[in-house]
Amino acid sequence: MREYSKLEQRLLNEFQQGMPLTATPYADIAKQLGVYETTVLETLKRLQTEGVVSRVGAVFRPNRIGASTLAAMAVPAAELEDVAAIVNGFDEVNHNYEREHHFNLWFVVVASDEDHLEQVLAEIEDRCGYPVLDLPLLNEHFIDLGFDLKWT
Amino acid sequence: MDMRKDSSFENALIEVISQGLPLVSHPYAAIAEQLDCDEIQVIEGINRIMMRGDMKRFGVVVRHRKLGYRANGMVVWDIPDARVTEIGHCIGQYSFVTLCYQRPRRLPEWPYNLFSMIHGQDRDAVIEQVDFIVRQCGLHDINHEILFSNRCFKQRGASYARKHDLNLPERVLNE
Repeated sequence: MREYSKLEQRLLNEFQQGMPLTATPYADIAKQLGVYETTVLETLKRLQTEGVVSRVGAVFRPNRIGASTLAAMAVPAAELEDVAAIVNGFDEVNHNYEREHHFNLWFVVVASDEDHLEQVLAEIEDRCGYPVLDLPLLNEHFIDLGFDLKWT
Repeated sequence: MDMRKDSSFENALIEVISQGLPLVSHPYAAIAEQLDCDEIQVIEGINRIMMRGDMKRFGVVVRHRKLGYRANGMVVWDIPDARVTEIGHCIGQYSFVTLCYQRPRRLPEWPYNLFSMIHGQDRDAVIEQVDFIVRQCGLHDINHEILFSNRCFKQRGASYARKHDLNLPERVLNE
């Protein structure tokens, strides 16, 4: 990890929310930081190229639009890569992670509606040959203010 | 056609702003051009979507892993149902907790009903944060496990909309 300038640190930490809804939001951010608009744009482009910034955009709550769930499977270690590849083959699956647990494969399924979601989960069980734990969101206990980065 | 009241317009707008604003001086005008409407309709549309409370945040989306936060622990807790809201709020208040969700138990194999995500620079940092939560929220008697992430097999955008409705590229959502 390289060193980040003060400007980069502030852009990464202080603007994870509250993107201005004005004609020139980057100019507004630049004003707050006391720099030129072009500096803000160039810095964000560089951070995006490096992969540190995924995008400047909106993050939505799960389950508000369409239907989604967190699913888990317990797969023998020797088969994990093959089963993960089958799961990856579904367009409705976005995140798919190995975690250190008896339930070792964790993935998020997003579908257009509940029926579609149920159908995809059944198909995944069928094709992988292991039961799927379906763990949909019930409640969110949390205020997302972005992630407070520590610069040490 | 009056695009402002058209829900397919809002869906298209959700797709575009999830994918990310263009890094240009007038990003909302650029989006307006893409969606064949006026800049003000884009700004008002985003504002309307925000007011509905569907959006968690709107700004710079950072990839923690790239900034040295390499350890990711999903901490799962088995909390008595009557206390889950109270304890969920306690756990969810800390800035190092990036998600705190209640999900159903699936007995007998899955007893946990609260899921919290903790990012740290290494495993010890995550374990330390969990210990801190246990102390601060008084969870000594609550069963929990930390599931560290290992290999990532897939991480890409969820497309909420059916692709044929929109004809827009997929984008990253909700990481």
